[in-house]
Amino acid sequence: MSLLPWLPRHDDLGGAIRGLRSMADPSERLAALIALAGHDRDATATGRLDRILGECLASPGLEGAGEASAVAGLRRLRLAILPSHTVDHLVPAIRVAGLGRGLALEVTVGTYGLHRQALLVGDPALEAFAPDLVLLALDATAVLPRLPLASAESEVEAAIGRAVGELRQLWRGVRDRYGARPVQQLLLPTSPSLFGSFDRLVPASPAALVDRLNLAIGAAAREDGALVLDLASQMPERDDGCERFDPVRWHQGKLLINPPFAPVYGECVARIAAAAAGLSRKCLVLDLDNTLWGGVIGDDGIEGIRLGQGSAEGEAYAAFQAYAAGLAERGVILAVCSKNDEAVARAAFDSHPEMVLRSSDVACFRANWEDKPGNIRRIAETLRIGVDSMVFIDDNPAERAIVRRELPGVAVPELPDDVSGYAATVAAAGYFEAAMFTAEDLVRVRSYAADAERAAVLNTATDMEGFLRSLEMRLAARPIAPVDLTRAAQLINKSNQFNLTTVRRSEEDLRVFAQDPGSLALCYRLVDRFGDNGLIGVVLAREDEAFGPGQLLLDTWLMSCRVLGRQVEAAVLGHVAQAAAARGASALIGEYRPSGRNGMVAEHYPGLGFVPIAPPAGVHSGACFWRLDLAAASLPPHHIQLELTA
Amino acid sequence: MIDEAAILTVLEELARDVFDDDTIALGRETSAADVPGWDSQGNIMFIVAAEQRFGVRLKPAEFERLRNVGDLAELIAGKLQGR
Repeated sequence: MSLLPWLPRHDDLGGAIRGLRSMADPSERLAALIALAGHDRDATATGRLDRILGECLASPGLEGAGEASAVAGLRRLRLAILPSHTVDHLVPAIRVAGLGRGLALEVTVGTYGLHRQALLVGDPALEAFAPDLVLLALDATAVLPRLPLASAESEVEAAIGRAVGELRQLWRGVRDRYGARPVQQLLLPTSPSLFGSFDRLVPASPAALVDRLNLAIGAAAREDGALVLDLASQMPERDDGCERFDPVRWHQGKLLINPPFAPVYGECVARIAAAAAGLSRKCLVLDLDNTLWGGVIGDDGIEGIRLGQGSAEGEAYAAFQAYAAGLAERGVILAVCSKNDEAVARAAFDSHPEMVLRSSDVACFRANWEDKPGNIRRIAETLRIGVDSMVFIDDNPAERAIVRRELPGVAVPELPDDVSGYAATVAAAGYFEAAMFTAEDLVRVRSYAADAERAAVLNTATDMEGFLRSLEMRLAARPIAPVDLTRAAQLINKSNQFNLTTVRRSEEDLRVFAQDPGSLALCYRLVDRFGDNGLIGVVLAREDEAFGPGQLLLDTWLMSCRVLGRQVEAAVLGHVAQAAAARGASALIGEYRPSGRNGMVAEHYPGLGFVPIAPPAGVHSGACFWRLDLAAASLPPHHIQLELTA
Repeated sequence: MIDEAAILTVLEELARDVFDDDTIALGRETSAADVPGWDSQGNIMFIVAAEQRFGVRLKPAEFERLRNVGDLAELIAGKLQGR
């Protein structure tokens, strides 16, 4: 475990830091130090780097040593911390983390507990320091007086209002008195639970107070243009048996942050400073094979790659794509850099049904057989951005190492073995920390399957019919094509509950079945206003001797349980009936084979208007049969628009 | 089994890293006052580094009783033995 898992490990960081001491040229030494700061490091190593950094920056031989705005390619920025708890042990980590963001941070720490005086009355030393940013690092006791547990909701509300009002006054002091931008550290929950889960139902419980104060601070900060430092969400709570907040350290020296967590605290602060200075990264460059999907598209083909619903691995890749799409939605530029045949790689974007990202999401697409550093440089030129605003994601450690060596400005996170952890790693690295978010940042708005949002709609819709209408569902129906085979076969072999016959088929069996001109092999995708639910249903039908010509036996009907209760069965039946009639069939025969796990569909056919018929001789024991006369049938109603695709 | 002398050697390495001074030499009688930069802040950083290195935890009372490096080495040895 590590607290900076996105930074590569150094084989001998201690030795390398010692090596810095022997470097005479300050610029060279600083460059080497910046490179070392880009490695995973504990609090001790970080402190040593900081000490050498101080010596470097004080060296008169450094390029730009006397300049106010920049030194050796680093932007100078002054940060004042006004704390109500001990922060001195965190300062070295802030300065060292700044190096990875192009910042030479100068940090001053105000007198413990005197933030009100400094901001409301004034502090000549702080004025002389002329901070660009002022971080108010307060703990709960400094923000809100303790309230009796029995306080009424209205009293709590009033106390929170007063506390936030006071903070806003302090922020005004930061702006008016010092011309700086305020950064408010949100309160870190440190109190053990008093009531258990019930804490949240007691307005004055410490846990509820911290939550509500943080929400109120966020809302006020948004209005006032202040920034917040949300340690609770941005720093892990524990690592290697070590807690972020350690009561022993608090009792010993009012350390809110346990020293081993200093490097990650420094990261969180430095990235906010970088965002405020406009130095956050802008572009995410993505590899393709085994990064956006499982497998190698050049070898495995579009049908062979693992992506999307049906396998845990495929879902993990789709989830990472969805994360990238979310970044794109907030304005991060996406680019592709892959060793691939361009036409083959693009085909996945244009025609793989489970791709979340589309060609139109990618601002610059480079798939060829040239080296990646060269391609990344070209992407930067095309997009007119610097390589130092790029982040490169590649599952291959060798490619990562080459890009780090050739283009040290590009951020190249270390990634876990499993794509499931990619999104969290990119998020933890904080490359894209924002200092604002407005409508203009939205390149386009995209909405993804959000069950919570669907549930919210259900809450506001007055009735079920209204809810279903409001979902704006579209059912895309098509004969099973080669590209659908993998996912359809997965569904066939995985679905247990909504599965009328539980007939399993291999991909090859399914291919043969689908190619038979006498059969119907159909697959269904459901799209609604919240996004694409993916392939959710398969229906296979063919004539069967037992029932005679013109009657199609529904050999397989299965659906994903996640679309239950949405009239999808009715819409699917509408399409199957249409397709069967187009074939000249006169009736559909439905079969239900109890499997012990598919009881939920025992009444599937009668519910759709099928009538029971006697089972033919020699069938699967326990099976029931139903018939739907296509000429006479009145099909059940639904609110789903049918889309036929080739 | 790691003895107090070996612990002292490791503590010396740690002190050199934490206080960033390769000339630091620790003996049993060395105390914070003998090492430049070893203030109350540095003391906590040093103890945290030692706790992590040896995989032990010091109680606040134990921490407060420490007079010199020898006390610390003895305390750590006792904790390691108690396993």
